[in-house]
Amino acid sequence: MILEFIEFIRARSGTMLKICFGVLASLVVIDAFVDKHHAHTMAEHIPGFWSLFGFLSCCVLILVAKWFGRQGIETREDFYD
Amino acid sequence: MIDSWLHPSLILIAGGLLLPLIKGYPRKFFLLMVPVLAFINIWQFTPHGTFGVVQFMDWTLTFGRVDSLSQVFAYIMGLMCIIGTLYSLHVKDDVQHIAAWFYVAGSLGVIYAGDYLVLFLFWELMAFASVFLIWFRKSKDSTAVGFRYLLIHTLGGLVLLGGFMLRYQAVGDLSFNHLDVTNPQLYTYLILIGFMLNAAVPPLHSWLPDAYSEATVTGAVFMCAFTTKTAIYALARGFSGMEILIPLGVIMAVYGIIYAILQNDCRKLLAWEIVSQVGYMVVGVGIGTELAINGTCAHAFAHILYKGLLFMGCGSVLYMTGKSKFSELGGLYKKMPMAFALTLIGGLAISAFPFFSGFVTKSMIISAGFSEHLLWVGFLLTMVSAGTFLLTGLRIPYFIFFGENRCSDETWEKAGEPPWNMLAAMGVAAFLCVLIGSYTPYLYSMLPYQVDYHPYSAYHLSETMQLLLFTGLGFYLLREKLTPLNVITLDIDWFYRMGGRGFFWLASRPIQFVDSCVSEAYRAVGLIPLMTISRFWSWFDWHAIDGVIDGIARSVRGLGSSVRRVQSGQMQYNLFWAVSLITVVLIAYVLV
Repeated sequence: MILEFIEFIRARSGTMLKICFGVLASLVVIDAFVDKHHAHTMAEHIPGFWSLFGFLSCCVLILVAKWFGRQGIETREDFYD
Repeated sequence: MIDSWLHPSLILIAGGLLLPLIKGYPRKFFLLMVPVLAFINIWQFTPHGTFGVVQFMDWTLTFGRVDSLSQVFAYIMGLMCIIGTLYSLHVKDDVQHIAAWFYVAGSLGVIYAGDYLVLFLFWELMAFASVFLIWFRKSKDSTAVGFRYLLIHTLGGLVLLGGFMLRYQAVGDLSFNHLDVTNPQLYTYLILIGFMLNAAVPPLHSWLPDAYSEATVTGAVFMCAFTTKTAIYALARGFSGMEILIPLGVIMAVYGIIYAILQNDCRKLLAWEIVSQVGYMVVGVGIGTELAINGTCAHAFAHILYKGLLFMGCGSVLYMTGKSKFSELGGLYKKMPMAFALTLIGGLAISAFPFFSGFVTKSMIISAGFSEHLLWVGFLLTMVSAGTFLLTGLRIPYFIFFGENRCSDETWEKAGEPPWNMLAAMGVAAFLCVLIGSYTPYLYSMLPYQVDYHPYSAYHLSETMQLLLFTGLGFYLLREKLTPLNVITLDIDWFYRMGGRGFFWLASRPIQFVDSCVSEAYRAVGLIPLMTISRFWSWFDWHAIDGVIDGIARSVRGLGSSVRRVQSGQMQYNLFWAVSLITVVLIAYVLV
């Protein structure tokens, strides 16, 4: 059952991608109408603030980690042998 | 015992000692019954109080301090012991079960301990029992990894011992309560370092990824739950409000996630993510408000379940295929759809998706940070949340179960759904991950303070969904950057691994050389008089002593050959017998 479901989705990857982009866009739109009196900073009142924050966090973490790895932290597997 | 209170550790230890006697069909039943009984025993301690108080020389030892803080930790440890044992039900080797149970017994002992002496005793039991979960992997590296693990934990134990001894000298009290964190003394820091080492706070963290990725498939499921979270309990009990823990916890969370991104071995990635996730809890302890401590306890509770589930998922891949590196896996959803679905639930729970456990626990700590106006803490921990989803929600499923198929023919052939007990254990953990996230009173009612926190606000939902799904977008665009490489990462353990080699070189070359010179000189100068003297003793021995000795020697030889059977010459086995013996003596002492 799980297998069929995954195959069903994979067979329609183009449509799924469009749906995903649609969901992302609607999240930003919905955010403009959410009650934000619990927000801690002014920046959070900008619609889609957390979208940008999430996207940038992800990119920064990957790029910083890869840069860090290239400084000699990543090494061959038999280094300690 | 005393006050009709039975320590749950005793059930596990006694169960472990009886296990080798039980053979055949009842063995599996017995394996499940022991942790279930221990859990029921924990569960029914509703009246809080102090139990198991024993007078030992000048000290009053407390084995059972039952209050809301110890109860929530003991409850989840007991529950995880059942899940872990169910997951390892197929393991035929009794000693592996015994080691795991002794390890949990150590953890429960620490949680219920009311004074440092009892705490220390169980603290060491944890280290000495859990090391067997690494050694039983029997891979080419596991012996060395096990010894490194043991040495580091022994060092941490010694610092802790030094700390509470100095404290005893200063204040004349061994009881383990909240320490004066506003006016810390040398002993406060020593005790803190001892606890921090077990919580894997940098720079005392590198034992964790080293050990957990080398443990047995089933052993890692136990290890990922108990050591760090027991240390978090000890920190929450003793050091809540210690401000230095806030920056340390944030560093831990960021450092852990950066290293996790670089890993090629899925269990090493998960181990680094423990460092990152425990960072949230350390921050919570450092903030120390009611919301923060509730958040720490709740997150530890949820973490044990989803991290156990993830280790079970990746462990089942390792168990079936023999591989744990992303560069040797991929596309496995076709062969292991159930294992995939359950692992994904663990991934969604750790990523804090709505209706999964992380959503209602992690946010408590972040909220506590924002409430105390620690904006940098709140934002950095939120950034790490994005990284957590990137790794466990996306990278693990993508590179193990989807993506390019990097499996060799042999790996692909071997892949398949794991045994029923493994799937059942994963199912129980997955159910609890969803239960905690969907029905908040289940966990919130157990927390030490009254909970006035509502995770399901429209703003929190909107924030979380944006954060997570846009992280997904980042992954989609940058996934090529995350392609697994056949590399390892260097860390602080480089210093002691290389330092150890330096010492070995020193011992085998210069020191050995000096030793040889001394022996040579001794042979030349000392041998002639020695031979004369020894000829005399030989005569005396032959004529006088032999008659007496021969009789004794025969008895000793008899005893020796019996003892030899348990003494294989391998240090690991000697340790095992020593730990077992100490445990038996301990039980006898407490019971009598």
